[in-house]
Amino acid sequence: MTTIDVRNGRLSQERLDLNFSDSHPPLEPGNALVEANRCYFCYDAPCIEACPTSIDIPSFIRKISTGNLKGSAKDILSQNIMGGMCARVCPTETLCEGACVRETQDHQPVRIGELQRYATDSFIESGETFFERAESSGKKIAVVGGGPAGLSCAHRLAVLGHQAVVFEAREKLSGLNEYGIAPYKTVNDFAQLEVDYILKIGGIEVRTNQKLGHDVKLDNLRKQFDAVFLSVGLGDANSLGLENEEIAGVYDAIETIAELRQSENLAELSVGRRVVVIGGGSTAIDIAVESKKLGAEDVTMVYRRGPEQMNATWKEQEFAQTNGVQVKHWLSPKKLKSENGHVSGIEFECTELNHEGKLSVTGEVRSMEVDVVFKAIGQTLDNSLDSDDEMPKTRAGKFAVNAKYETTLPGVWAGGDCINSGEDLTVQAVEDGKQAAISIHRKLSQT
Amino acid sequence: MADLSCNVGGIKAPNPFWLASAPPTDKLYNVERAFRAGWGGVVWKTLGLDPPIVNVSSRYGAVHYNGQRMMGLNNLELITDRPLEVNLKEIKQVKKDWPDRAVVVSLMVPCNEKDWKYIIPKIEDTGCDGVELNFGCPHGMSERGMGAAVGQVPEYVEMVTRWVKESSDLPCLVKLTPNVTDIRKVAHAAKAGGGDGVALINTVTSIVSVDLDQMAPEPTIDGKGSHGGYCGPAVKPIALHMVTEISKDPETQHMPISGIGGISNWRDAAEFIAMGASSVQVCTAAMHYGFKIVDDMIDGLNNWMDEKGYANLEDFRRMAVPNVTEWQFLNLKYDVKARIDESTCIHCGLCHISCEDASHQAIREIKDNGGRSFEVIDEECVGCNLCMFACPVPDCISMERVDSGTEYQNWTTHPNNPMRVEDN
Ligand SMILES: Cc1cc2nc3c(=O)[nH]c(=O)nc-3n(C[C@H](O)[C@H](O)[C@H](O)COP(=O)(O)OP(=O)(O)OC[C@H]3O[C@@H](n4cnc5c(N)ncnc54)[C@H](O)[C@@H]3O)c2cc1C
Ligand SMILES: Cc1cc2nc3c(=O)[nH]c(=O)nc-3n(C[C@H](O)[C@H](O)[C@H](O)COP(=O)(O)O)c2cc1C
Ligand code: SF4
Ligand code: SF4
Ligand code: SF4
Repeated sequence: MTTIDVRNGRLSQERLDLNFSDSHPPLEPGNALVEANRCYFCYDAPCIEACPTSIDIPSFIRKISTGNLKGSAKDILSQNIMGGMCARVCPTETLCEGACVRETQDHQPVRIGELQRYATDSFIESGETFFERAESSGKKIAVVGGGPAGLSCAHRLAVLGHQAVVFEAREKLSGLNEYGIAPYKTVNDFAQLEVDYILKIGGIEVRTNQKLGHDVKLDNLRKQFDAVFLSVGLGDANSLGLENEEIAGVYDAIETIAELRQSENLAELSVGRRVVVIGGGSTAIDIAVESKKLGAEDVTMVYRRGPEQMNATWKEQEFAQTNGVQVKHWLSPKKLKSENGHVSGIEFECTELNHEGKLSVTGEVRSMEVDVVFKAIGQTLDNSLDSDDEMPKTRAGKFAVNAKYETTLPGVWAGGDCINSGEDLTVQAVEDGKQAAISIHRKLSQT
Repeated sequence: MADLSCNVGGIKAPNPFWLASAPPTDKLYNVERAFRAGWGGVVWKTLGLDPPIVNVSSRYGAVHYNGQRMMGLNNLELITDRPLEVNLKEIKQVKKDWPDRAVVVSLMVPCNEKDWKYIIPKIEDTGCDGVELNFGCPHGMSERGMGAAVGQVPEYVEMVTRWVKESSDLPCLVKLTPNVTDIRKVAHAAKAGGGDGVALINTVTSIVSVDLDQMAPEPTIDGKGSHGGYCGPAVKPIALHMVTEISKDPETQHMPISGIGGISNWRDAAEFIAMGASSVQVCTAAMHYGFKIVDDMIDGLNNWMDEKGYANLEDFRRMAVPNVTEWQFLNLKYDVKARIDESTCIHCGLCHISCEDASHQAIREIKDNGGRSFEVIDEECVGCNLCMFACPVPDCISMERVDSGTEYQNWTTHPNNPMRVEDN
């Protein structure tokens, strides 16, 4: 008979503060200069191509090296209005830095992300902006969902002279930047700082606590606005499909992370002593590391395939491991055990790839004792959006769009995690929003 | 082990690495440390008549390039600011304690015979190995009719050198300022005056930077700045050129030279010696890194000489001089083309854009399924070397000789030359 151990206050306040401080502290001016000087100023640079928002990286880095920080920030923000957040959260190892020629040369890419943060931080803090709005077009666009995709779209629309109205279900803007991203990547309330910066352009009206399908209806929006942009992200979490998944101690990682992000006092959060995380993506990495940082003793991430198939990048896997997370592969959850209605153990089947290259079970079984299980196996479109309104058609579980970000419904565009544009990343959402705004602008300018 | 000993116009030292007249040779304390570190000689910080001059606070300016500190250094410093007697006493002591090292005393006194003839016996009395006449300081002193102003007038150089040689048998090196149009004229004068050798270069007149807030040159002294003397790695090409000019000139080709200017390591030193220098002097590198750098200078030169089979400095001194010719005699049939080593290329595109925007559009970018590569178009490549220098990967671009190697034609006989002479 085991005793379930879930409680708060496992670590001292001091320890918590340290654990949740900036995981990559900002560059000092001297280091920034040295790093900037490592850039070769490549022609037709491969890093630009690898950035979903096509920031002119050699240009902004050169401007850092000449002390033209304002020009540098402008190069970044004019392509990516969330250049500050992206500098903190982009998996640069698979994006710009992965393509940097210095990665090819000596496995030491220019630290583009950190330089980007260096350039944008000082500018955003200065409170200045260089964006100017074009003459008013008189057009009004509804943006549904105030995450990275929605805000990026609204901002670009405002620049182009349109009026944007953002309908956001939650209390705060910024989507997963505020409710999802790991806290040690974005300390000091940076998400809201960035929102303030973005809204400063003017021409963006924000209506929070307005949920599509609940408080507002798509049909009405289509009638009242010249265009609608859907950027609702992915509202539902996948389930394991096990019998008693609803028992206490089994949680959606996303929900717990949102609680963590909104918590005023981390010491009050309940943490299991032995934590199992199921999944192989960045959300799984995050909840595992966060649990560890909150004081869990044993954190085990369990994935049903091998390290190469994980969605988490090699760097994220390394980060989890250096933070004391144990990673186990080739195990698929089979059964949850419980005591008095609370999870107490979990059983896995061993898996392998069979000769056809398909995942199959070997017949062997492993079991672990646990206090808390997190599910982090992906999200899907929120199915409560489906009111009696006509909704755009979906493809592979997300809104289907064409190259111009148009959905199957006339006058309705979509972007961000709720479409299949690229990876589900902040930077991709920002690009989607920007391109959709440009597409909407073109369409509205024709009429 | 090669023999590194040197002899510059009668001044002998166990190795050719001397500290130039400057702050590192300002006093006994530094010079002792330098000798302990292994330096073959010092040229004492320039002495003058009492009362000593005073220096300003905030004396140096610097050029940093691409993260590299002190590519060039500039200074507003004058000659020694210590009383003559103090210096003389210390020089005497040092020479006594370090008899095998070269101790040369640099001098700058007003341009009249009385003053020079007054100071020389005092210098002789220290037991030093020679004097170096400082005609090269481009700031402060020249305004008083000393230093560069004298150094720029060949007649004065000859006259002062003669006064010195008349009053003493001490070997006498004349230090030349680079702030002249033709360095050879001043070297001729030094020879005519009886100088035993030349030392060059002193610092180059310069303004290194402007403080854009104060709107004043740097270093800025209470809102104002002035012309300073520039030295360090940035001036090496200028110094090497001037040394070569003197080595080539029929009148001065056998004059001993102490090479100075941007020398930072044994390789730089070997280059100066190959161009005719008998010793080299170092200032900025020692000011940047301290005296210990001489260890690698000695060691590196030794190893390189052993490898090449040079037993002593004379074995390779002046060896590069005959290969310096005038442009009109260069072989116009010689032809090289850029070659890119695809196995080390990192696809940065710098070769392409440098050639495309600034040379002969001879490197093509080829995009193929996601990747790209770069290809030299031989017909367009003129062999300018630009791409090779732009390429950040060492040895990735090399220049390959493509002509037959047997033909020779220079400009003097070229059909395009209206002044050509007939080939014979
Ligand atoms: C735990 C976690 C960690 C992550 N870490 C990283 C990372 O480190 N780096 C990275 O690049 N990416 C990361 N991501 C992914 C990244 O956060 C998303 O790709 C990005 O936020 C997508 O932006 P979006 O605007 O499409 O969606 P969201 O950020 O989800 O924003 C959608 C917005 O719409 C609102 N909304 C939803 N439904 C409705 C409705 N019916 N009516 C009105 N409003 C609605 C939501 O409240 C939200 O504000 C992470 C994701 C998660 C879950
Ligand atoms: C701070 C400073 C002071 C100098 N003072 C003198 C001097 O008093 N007399 C002199 O002949 N040269 C003086 N020089 C010039 C150096 O001796 C030397 O010629 C010059 O710096 C070039 O050598 P480098 O490139 O190794 O520094 C001085 C140079 C510096 C940097
Ligand atoms: S690839 Fe690397 S070196 Fe080249 S421009 Fe981009 S950051 Fe600079
Ligand atoms: S050597 Fe000069 S001309 Fe030839 S490819 Fe290189 S840059 Fe172009
Ligand atoms: S400059 Fe050098 S590394 Fe860069 S593309 Fe050309 S050959 Fe390759």
